[in-house]
Amino acid sequence: MFTEIVRGFWTTFKQSFQPARTIEYPEVKKPVSQRFKGRHELKRYDNGLELCIGCALCAAACPADAIFVESAENTDEQRFSPGERYASTYEINMLRCIFCGFCEDACPTEAIVLESNYELSFTNRESSIYTKEMLIVPVPAGGQPTPQKVAPGTFDRSIPEMKDPD
Amino acid sequence: MDELQFRIIEWIIKALISSFVLLTGFAYMTFAERKIAALMQTRLGPNRAGPWGLLQPAADGIKIFFKEELIPGGADKVIFILAPIITVIPALILMAVIPWGPPMPKGYLGLPYDVPLGIADLNVGMLFILSVASIAVYGVVLAGWSSNNKYALLGGIRSTAQMVSYELALGLSVIGPVMLAGSMSMLGIVRAQSQVWYILLQPLAAVIFYLAALAEVNRAPFDMPEAEQELTAGYHTEYSGMKFTLFFMAEYIKMIAVSAIFVTLFLGGWQGPFVDQAPLLGVGYFWLKIFGSLYFMIWTRSTHPRLRYDRLMALGWKVLLPLALANVMVTAAALLGDQVILSAVLSVVGLIALIVIGAGVVRARRGQAVAARRARA
Repeated sequence: MFTEIVRGFWTTFKQSFQPARTIEYPEVKKPVSQRFKGRHELKRYDNGLELCIGCALCAAACPADAIFVESAENTDEQRFSPGERYASTYEINMLRCIFCGFCEDACPTEAIVLESNYELSFTNRESSIYTKEMLIVPVPAGGQPTPQKVAPGTFDRSIPEMKDPD
Repeated sequence: MDELQFRIIEWIIKALISSFVLLTGFAYMTFAERKIAALMQTRLGPNRAGPWGLLQPAADGIKIFFKEELIPGGADKVIFILAPIITVIPALILMAVIPWGPPMPKGYLGLPYDVPLGIADLNVGMLFILSVASIAVYGVVLAGWSSNNKYALLGGIRSTAQMVSYELALGLSVIGPVMLAGSMSMLGIVRAQSQVWYILLQPLAAVIFYLAALAEVNRAPFDMPEAEQELTAGYHTEYSGMKFTLFFMAEYIKMIAVSAIFVTLFLGGWQGPFVDQAPLLGVGYFWLKIFGSLYFMIWTRSTHPRLRYDRLMALGWKVLLPLALANVMVTAAALLGDQVILSAVLSVVGLIALIVIGAGVVRARRGQAVAARRARA
């Protein structure tokens, strides 16, 4: 009994000289794993056009009914994405979202991707709804912001040709 | 200014300083506990409020002032409100009889009279401490009873049983130093330790005192009255806001007070090198020793798990009490024969006996449990 008591004291004493394992969160952020499912992002092509074509398959696939999509027609004067339509409204309710990633799987153009951002705090229900402006990635270097004015017939195909369509 | 006026002002100032130091001490004790426990668990502890988190106690204080205070519907209101007060006041006045340093001689620091550091030097200081310390039990028991909550009541009952049991061992263990010093005055006991600290002459009494004191202030590993896993928070389950803080305060101030008593009785109080030349150095030694004792309490808490209740009682009644009694007898006999060193040797023997018997009690209980399990199977 006595040796155990002393050994216990010695263990805690030794431990007090170990460096702390705490990660001081707001200053230091631990990298998340590669397959981490965090906040969604709506991707763009290199030229700045949006991948999302407003098909609402993500909304249909969503088990929590967290996604709301409203689409509108693209024209060559006002082009947001390739093909006929684009998402004029794209909202995700982060209070409903369960981060299952089904929207990712359902997306025919791989426009929506669950990325690594996990800082999703808000103080009221209204700000739990993330709009298209909050979700879409910034225009890449060399690209144009949407809507773009393009030559007729260049972006008729909604779904890009993919090397590995699976 | 005549002497009476001077004395009155002196007492008021000393009382204010004592309360202020204890209250600040309480605040920073919580901080120290969190920091040291964090260190031992390879965490950082509070580090957000102010540099190194030093303003954390202030932030906690502000938070607690604005907290809602609930009184449960079936509670006995008067007693419910009175209980935290009854708990915290004795903790504060425990320190009144403990000398913080050697008396400041006349003329030192420009004082017209000699000033004892310590609010009062009672000739029955030790009795005062024992009697005041036991008042605090009432607060805990009444809090448990008046909350109209089963967990709180269980906590209160546990604490009564525990404090009554350990008070015996506590009272008996202080008799050793009192006999050696031939004085019940705390100043007298410190003076008597100018050659050798009583922890060397009375190691058994020191260990028993420390264990019993831990049980008295409901600290881990004897924190049965507030065992979180069993009783939510024990006697203060229903308390919130400032009333809860008073209990919290009482616990930490009692820790400081008990450490101060331990230091005074066994670690030579303010005694230390060069105290005779610079009396104020004694205050430093005194608080340094107190901090050492408090560090050990925190260390114990972050090391050892809580005792089971029956084992706690067994330790109190079957090990500590008989050994404390034996220690009193041996010390008395040794003093009669002028054999202080012999009593120290016997005390060491007693310490070994404490370990052996303690181990024996635990092992016997374990054996019984095993036998019972076999019988059931």
